[in-house]
Amino acid sequence: MHDGNGSTDGQEPQAAIVFKDACVKRGGHVIWRHGTFSIPSGSVTAIVGTNGAGKTTMMKAELGLIDTAEGSITVLGKPAGAMNQHIGYVPQSYAVDIESNLTAEQSVLLGLTGTRFGIRPVTRAQREKTRKAMEFVGLLDKASYRLSELSGGLRQRAAIAQALVSDPQLLMLDEPLANLDLASQRATVHVLAKLNRELGMTIQVVAHDLNMLLPILTGAVYLLDGHPHYARMNEVLDSELLTHLYGTTVQVVTTPQGDMFVTPSDDEPENIFVDAHDPQEVARFHQHIEKGQHA
Amino acid sequence: MSHIAFTFDPDWMSTLTAPFMANAFLAGLCIALAAGVMGYFTIARHSTFASHALAHIGLPGATGAILIGLPVSVGMGVFALGGALVIGALGKKASQREIATGTVLAFATGMGLFFARLSSSASQQMQSILFGSILTITTGQIIGFAIFDIVLLAVLALIYRPLLFSSLDEQVAQAKGVPVGLMNIAFMAIMAGVITIAVPAVGTLLIFALVITPAATANIIAGSPFKAMVIASVICLISIWGGLVLSAMFPAPPSFIIVTISTLFWAIAKAVGAQTRR
Repeated sequence: MHDGNGSTDGQEPQAAIVFKDACVKRGGHVIWRHGTFSIPSGSVTAIVGTNGAGKTTMMKAELGLIDTAEGSITVLGKPAGAMNQHIGYVPQSYAVDIESNLTAEQSVLLGLTGTRFGIRPVTRAQREKTRKAMEFVGLLDKASYRLSELSGGLRQRAAIAQALVSDPQLLMLDEPLANLDLASQRATVHVLAKLNRELGMTIQVVAHDLNMLLPILTGAVYLLDGHPHYARMNEVLDSELLTHLYGTTVQVVTTPQGDMFVTPSDDEPENIFVDAHDPQEVARFHQHIEKGQHA
Repeated sequence: MSHIAFTFDPDWMSTLTAPFMANAFLAGLCIALAAGVMGYFTIARHSTFASHALAHIGLPGATGAILIGLPVSVGMGVFALGGALVIGALGKKASQREIATGTVLAFATGMGLFFARLSSSASQQMQSILFGSILTITTGQIIGFAIFDIVLLAVLALIYRPLLFSSLDEQVAQAKGVPVGLMNIAFMAIMAGVITIAVPAVGTLLIFALVITPAATANIIAGSPFKAMVIASVICLISIWGGLVLSAMFPAPPSFIIVTISTLFWAIAKAVGAQTRR
């Protein structure tokens, strides 16, 4: 609200995603409507909201897999769906029930070759790109492992590598941290931070728990009362809004280091200082903040 | 007076060189190729039960065809294809709906029995439809099988990667522009063809062990989709040819031996795989 938009000198960076009075219906009833906002390129945005608020639906609408009933969604300058070859998409619980013998490397390679019809031998350049994508997410040493042998966290990284291999401008991840242990969550967030920082990639994440993502988020789309809204991070981190948003009491805690936490308050102890994170955890979060000045 | 004669037939070589055996070996080759290749995709797409059901959906087609004087394979093929297109149109998830699939399977089998009862010739052929009759395959059928194999390989060469991509994760493939609906219908339609040509070998009841089991074995052994398809076809071929040779030596039906060999391969691969993973 009061931060100077210093880096851009008043010149708006080209918007990655633009909603204009967008409305999505499924089975005849409205999921959400009146979505009007634009998300800048190079941002890291979370889509937040209660269960059933339409978070995954929003991502699918942005991919053009679900049509808008009213209004429009523009992604990377074109109507939703038209630029999908420049979008990396990582769905929720990727390949959890895999039955085939595909290795991590073969699945990542499909991110490049999977849409092509006909007999085409895999080129050296494609193999090289595949290896680079796996190296980026730290999966190169597991390249010849079968997907079915990988843990949830590593499979998640294989999914990200598959999305990365075609050099997307925009990366969309649906609940990438769900069902991961703390270390794997951290590793995933680290990969996302690196992608945004080093490649300038625009990233959008559907998330339940914002805590892990806080250090890298620049803004959030929150689905509230049937409408999507977009706000920059300092505007979102408001106890009242978050409480409203999650339908349960949420507190924002500012630690001495300046880190902020969105903490659902425990329901049993009434007058106790909210302390959902032990000091070690706080230290871990703290490492992720590089600049910390965008707030 | 039941006297069980399970004796070695010293005259087995002359049985093997009989003309109907040459047909059976050729048919085995065609069936093994189709089953091995499609078995891989069936497992990758979680459609094994649906493929099993297709064989049963084909049953009333087969007995119905006899009733109105058409070739068994025609009736079988039409019904299996019809079922496949319905399942395919409903989407990949539909082929995973076990209760609906199982219900349709049971109903179709019952209808097959009803049609069979309506004519005595259908009644006579019922056993060979249910359990296979690889020794009675005609030259005309083999030509049909070979044409089907060529079409199958041509279509698969065209859609191989998109089909594999959509088998791995349909949502990602769809977002990337793979026509997943078309892939699903194409897969189910080809599957109906594979079932139709594999039923003469082992029958509708034992089809699982010929189409799915070798592919499952290959999945344990091989490290890539292509290798798995090759290995599955080889296992299929060994099972069928082994079944033919052994059934000439011993008084056991070929279907039984085919299924036994296929199952043994799978059991061994499972056991060895579990051992090495430890």
